[in-house]
Amino acid sequence: MEIKKTSLNKLHQDNNAKFVEFAGYEMPIQYSKGIIEEHKFTRSHSGIFDVSHMGQLFIYGDEGLTEELEKIFPLDLKNLKINSSKYSFLMNDDAGIYDDLIITKIEEGFLIILNAACKDKDFEILSNLLENKFKMNLEKNRSLIAIQGPESVKILNSIINGVDQLKFMTGNWFDTDNQKLFVTRSGYTGEDGFEISISNDKVEKFVENLIEKGAQLIGLGARDTLRLEAGLCLYGHELDINKTPVEANLRWAISKSRLSNGGFIGSKKIMKQMQNGASQIRVGIKPEGRLIAREKTKIFDDTDTQIGEITSGTFGPSVNGPIAMGYIDKEFSKIDTKILLEVRGKKYSAYVCELPFYKKNYVKGVN
Amino acid sequence: MSEVKFSKEHEWINLEGDIATIGITKHATEMLGDIVFAELPEKGSNVEKDGTAGVVESTKAASDVYTPVSGEVVDTNQAIVDDPSKINQDPENSAWFFKLKIKDPSEMDTLMNKDDYDKFAKETSV
Repeated sequence: MEIKKTSLNKLHQDNNAKFVEFAGYEMPIQYSKGIIEEHKFTRSHSGIFDVSHMGQLFIYGDEGLTEELEKIFPLDLKNLKINSSKYSFLMNDDAGIYDDLIITKIEEGFLIILNAACKDKDFEILSNLLENKFKMNLEKNRSLIAIQGPESVKILNSIINGVDQLKFMTGNWFDTDNQKLFVTRSGYTGEDGFEISISNDKVEKFVENLIEKGAQLIGLGARDTLRLEAGLCLYGHELDINKTPVEANLRWAISKSRLSNGGFIGSKKIMKQMQNGASQIRVGIKPEGRLIAREKTKIFDDTDTQIGEITSGTFGPSVNGPIAMGYIDKEFSKIDTKILLEVRGKKYSAYVCELPFYKKNYVKGVN
Repeated sequence: MSEVKFSKEHEWINLEGDIATIGITKHATEMLGDIVFAELPEKGSNVEKDGTAGVVESTKAASDVYTPVSGEVVDTNQAIVDDPSKINQDPENSAWFFKLKIKDPSEMDTLMNKDDYDKFAKETSV
């Protein structure tokens, strides 16, 4: 299968991107400055991320659609305001996660942002569940850009006037330069920022404009270190079909009003786990010293019994030390519990720690 | 007189008398990206040509460091363990990894000179 490219591929090349294949796309892992500098620039200034490989699924419909989607997602969609977003999951009957996603209620229906590697399968699953009763469009003509970091609001607002009025996890359509952009105040770095849905033929000019105003292109490498410092899950690592939202420590994403009656896919398992707890749970882990514990590193207790496994691990540039997340048996999940990590055949000390590793800077509102 | 040679695993080796100083090349650091962890062999241990003699990790991945010749480890560079970013800054000089008292000087003949290594590095980089 031929590798896919986003509309910004040439711009990435012009900016000396190192490319990797990710979910069938040729994507920039880093540019010339490298992951650590890109990471720090995002935390202190403003970073631009090409996330056009992700799926933008528009589903059109009214109350009937809302009702059908409530049978799928563990959300109170009826009471969700127009232009408000929620983090959620597409699950199977056992509450195993097909994908994690952001769903936004819009005038025309719903917009769902899906992971690149999952989007085609998600489309199929949702089409079947909705029995093709609603028009669905997995957008191919629009790119998706994230701009993240403390200076992003000023930079973006100078191009799209009014985005500074958006509250966290809300969005709106904006008219700029004779085109409609959908902008949400959201992101996946632990910083204040925005995601912008924009047509493919306008995106390059738009990003060049952002760069002129002081933002810089950031690759997937720094996107990974940023999200890990923010304690956020990455599908295929922390989340997959064998993990449930309760195990993933994402109870907060399940609407309370939906827990009493259930009625969404996977609700039985979720309600049971909410009551009894899950046997394993996702936690933050800090290795001692500078040791980096990568994905699949085994976690042991002091009696040499395996009690879990790392799902992501790297060096956190803002934390200035190694960080990791993983699944661990419930009785070891308490903060500050000492554990051992097996790396290259030797065991090293580590401890369970609070998430996020790096404190968030989200803008809650602009009253 | 010192002699500098290079291995296919992207290590450099500088031999003075029977003491060899070994590190990784600039080309290697460019391929690895930002280095955030370094592990060195133990002082006094013996290492065999082409065997593992350390580890470097970048933000992306872990890579073994091999020794291009055999010998006894007589010194290690603690400065790069304490601050691995030094390896990116000055890989072919102050950020050396370890020093060996070499066993067999003829092992040097199996390695590349600078011109051959530069050519090799260019061909193998994507």
